[in-house]
Order: sequence, then structure tokens, then C-alpha cells
Amino acid sequence: MSDHALALPALPAVAPRRRVDHDDRAALSLVGPIAVLMLLLLLAPTAAMIALSLTDAELGASTITFVGLDAYRDVLGDRTFLISAKNTALYVAIVTPASVGLGLGFALLIEAGTELRGFFRSAYFLPVVSLITAMATVWQYLMHPAIGPINLLLHVVGLPSINWLGSSDNVLGSLALIGIWQQTGFDMVLFLAGLGAIDRTLYDAAEIDGARSAVDRFRLVTWPMLGPTLLFVVTITMINAVKVFETVMTLTQGGPAKASEVLLWTIYQEGFVFLHLGTASAMAVIFVAVLLVLIVFQTRVMDRRVHYG
Amino acid sequence: MSASPHTLTPVGRSLRLLVLGIGAAVMLFPYVWMIATSFKPQAEVFSSGLSLIPEHSSILANYGKALGRIPMGRVLLNGVVVCLAIVVFQIAFALPAAYALAKLRFRGRDLMFGLVILGLLIPIHAVSIPMFAAFRALGLINTLAGLVVPFTLSVFAVFLFRQFIKAMPDDLIHAGRMDGLSEGAIVRRIVLPNAWPAATAFAIFSVVTHWNDLYWPSIVISKTELATPPLGVLFFRAAEAGDDYGALMAATVIVTAPLVVFFLFAQKAFIEGITMTGLKG
Repeated sequence: MSDHALALPALPAVAPRRRVDHDDRAALSLVGPIAVLMLLLLLAPTAAMIALSLTDAELGASTITFVGLDAYRDVLGDRTFLISAKNTALYVAIVTPASVGLGLGFALLIEAGTELRGFFRSAYFLPVVSLITAMATVWQYLMHPAIGPINLLLHVVGLPSINWLGSSDNVLGSLALIGIWQQTGFDMVLFLAGLGAIDRTLYDAAEIDGARSAVDRFRLVTWPMLGPTLLFVVTITMINAVKVFETVMTLTQGGPAKASEVLLWTIYQEGFVFLHLGTASAMAVIFVAVLLVLIVFQTRVMDRRVHYG
Repeated sequence: MSASPHTLTPVGRSLRLLVLGIGAAVMLFPYVWMIATSFKPQAEVFSSGLSLIPEHSSILANYGKALGRIPMGRVLLNGVVVCLAIVVFQIAFALPAAYALAKLRFRGRDLMFGLVILGLLIPIHAVSIPMFAAFRALGLINTLAGLVVPFTLSVFAVFLFRQFIKAMPDDLIHAGRMDGLSEGAIVRRIVLPNAWPAATAFAIFSVVTHWNDLYWPSIVISKTELATPPLGVLFFRAAEAGDDYGALMAATVIVTAPLVVFFLFAQKAFIEGITMTGLKG
């Protein structure tokens, strides 16, 4: 793209045209393309999903019957879907506090000193930029019951082997461990940003007021100032955890015995493997409703962050 | 950033290094084993226990299998092409719209912005079912276009850029108009250069997201030669029946390396980008 701004003749300055019709026409060419995309890629499919969820549509079937809210009644009474919802909730309940807690702890420790700051930050952040499907296959090897290095290590220190992914009692916990490994660095980076935004003079003020120890400084300054960031990190971690899919598809396919069946995997199976578009749509509507609650909560948290941040 | 005002005691210093060191060891544990195992012959994977260094190197055999069993170069190229196409379309569509929403007054602006906010609330998983049906009808299944089209629209990019452009001084835009630039030229010559930090942050976020995505590619793609890196790993594992972990780890090294290397060279941009776009998740 050449830049000929200098070559333009020095015309008498035209007052910037602020007439409304001009903006209307210019705006149309600027927002028109994206308006069309929104219609095609967002609004129409969303409407179609809601419409489909009220039918018994199946790909390849010749007829579609309107079944109304019955699809939802079926989904909410479906054993697999209920197990899936319960597993997803449990997964979120493990991954969220663990990765937020570790992320905060690591961020505080990294900030507390100067040595190896960059190295630690990069090491913890690495999983965020690593292909999760590939790393999941690595974890599959690490967690192999016989030749996996984790069980070999347990053996060295005299502990019994664990059937990480093959037992229905352990599988969700093992997936959660991988989820925590993947999420902690992301949370840590958000906390580092939050810590960096705290006004240093507050610490000086606290010290003048008698806050001598690190614990006092944390209690009086860091924790209250970090509050909005904390709420924000908690919600974003929950949103990410609800969307767990890659590790399940790569490692367990929902098994054994549905013990790692999670919502996105169930929807994926129902819609794209069994081709039950109606049922899958009803499940997706419920899934989106759950996400919406979290996102609306997050937006409110964001507002607070803007006010205090 | 300046050093902490409160220097740690020697005990505190060692404790900090110890805890962070253990954490880093856990974080890096999978990478160490991934690389070490990718050098080992199959027999040693099963027999060598916790030894990281192979007695007989099997690097060539393992990486040869990883590159040969499925067209791994093609898979990486697919990933690059798809991610680049997505991010270019996203920015090309979003930036003009974001500028209009931030700096112009026009009829329907509030409605438009409302739709952007609504769009932020709808994840791809919601629209994937009808979109799959439509793509089947349109013949977009098993095409690279099928991987790109759904993501050409990023309402998140519109939202992010709008916030950024809103903070730009109006005088900058007026100066462009004085020079006789069209609104389109203002976007290209004034808004884009000034919104570069936001565009970089978004680009990093977008590439990380789509390089990693398995959900949509596994819906539209079933052919190995059209696989993106995550699908490539799954296809390779399926083709490589049995437990040839050496070759499998070599394959994971190959698909993980590009983004990790990129990250190691541009850490600051990556971390800033992910922080700035953190709200999307």
C-alpha cells in the first residue's frame, strides 16, 4: 500500500463533514459486511438451533416433527445427559479453586523477588501456548498404568500404582489434574497483571500505618486491591472449565462407563456422531444457558473491575 | 518493573526459589518426557524405567515415522493457512466496523452495538449444529474453507477494537478528513497503525485459539490431508496402531513446537496479548 498523503494538493481545508447523512453512508460501507456476517453466522444459526431444539430432527431422516418442549423434557430426563451435567459440575468444582489458588500463589511468589522471574513466568505459561491435544497424548503416556513415568515415580517412593485414566473412580480427577496444569499459568498471568496495576504508594502508606510484615501488607493492600481481579479470574476459569472437550475427546471418549462424560462431549456425540440434531440442539440450548449465567456474572464483575481498577 | 521495595530475607529467598522451582518442575515435566521419549526406541520406552537418556538413539526412526505415516508437513501447513486466513478476515471485517461504532454517528448504531454484545454471549458450540447441517448442504464439509468461514466474524474483535479506537483522539481522525481521506482510507492509514497494539494482542489470542481448536475441525474434517495439527495428532495415533510412544511423542513435538518457539521469541507480546484479551477466555 503506497502512502501518497504528501502528494495531495494543498486544498483549502474543507471543514470536516459531520452531516448525519454522510456518516450514514460511510458507516454502511464500514459496518455492512460485518452486519451480513452476523446475520449469516450468528443470528440465523442461533434461531435455527432454537427451532431445531423443538423438533425431532435427525440428519438423513425424511420427516421432521414438531415436538415442542418435549425435547427438553427428554433431555432433562436422559441418564447420560444428567451424568454428563454432574461430571462437568464436578470437573469445574475441582479445576476452578485449584488453578485459581495456584495461579495466585505463583503470581505472588514471582512478584515477591527478582531472581528468575522471567524463567518462572514462561515455564508456567508454556501450557497455555501448547497444543492441548498433543499435550493430552503426552499425559496419556505419563499416566500409562504400566510404563508411565508417574506410576514409575510412585513406585520409586514406595507408593502403589494408580490407574489414572482407566478407572471410573479416578478418570475425572486425572482429567482435572491436566486441566489444572493447563489453566494455572493463564490465571497466573492475569494475576500478575492485576498485581502490577496496584499503586505502589499504597504499600508505603500501609507501612507508615504500621504494616511491617509481608502478611500485613498482603492483608491490608494486596488482597482488597486484587478482589475484582480475583472474581474475574474465577469466572473466566469456570467458563473455560465448563467447555472442557479436547482432553476428553483425546483421552477417554467419555469413558470408562460414562465416568468422564462431559457436556460438550455429550452434545458432540449426540449431534455429530448419532446425528440427532433435535436432541443435540436442546442440549446445546441448555449448555449455552449455563454459559450465559456465567458470562453475565462475569460482565458484572468486569464492571466492578473498571470502577475500582 | 522496579524491584520489590521489600527485599526478602535469605530464608524467604530460598523458600521462594524452592516452591517456584518445584512448581516449574511439575509444569515442565510433560515437556521433558515428551522430548526424551521421542528419542527412544520402542523397546527402551517399555524397559528403561525412569532413565531420560536413551541408550540407543532412535531419533531418526521416530521423527521419520512422525513425518511419514501421515503428511505431517501438510498438516502444519493447513494449521498455518487456516489460522492466518481466520485472523486476516477477522481483523479486516472487524476494524472498519469498530471504527464506525467508536467514532461515527449513524442510524442503527446502538442496535449494531447491541448485536455485538449479544454475539459475545453466543459460543461456537451453540451454532455448530445448524451450521454443520448448512455446511453439508453447501458442500463445505472436508474443505479448508469450512474451517475458516465460521470464524471470519469475531464480534470479540469488534468489541476490543471499538474500546481501543474510542480512546484515540478525535483530532487524529479529523486531520485525516482534512487531508481528504475517505473513511475507508482513514481506517487503513490512521486507525490501523494506531490500533496496532490491540490488533497484535487480538492476533495472538486468535492464533492460539484456532491452532488449538479441536471441536469444529473434528466436525468438518475427516480427511487426513485436510487435518489441522490437533486432528493430525489424533489421525497419527489412529494410524499408528499399538503403543509406539517414541513415534507418537515425536509427532507431538512436531505439532507443539511452532507455537511454543514463536512464544519463546515473543514472550512479552504473547503475555500482553493474552492478558489484554483475557476477558474472552
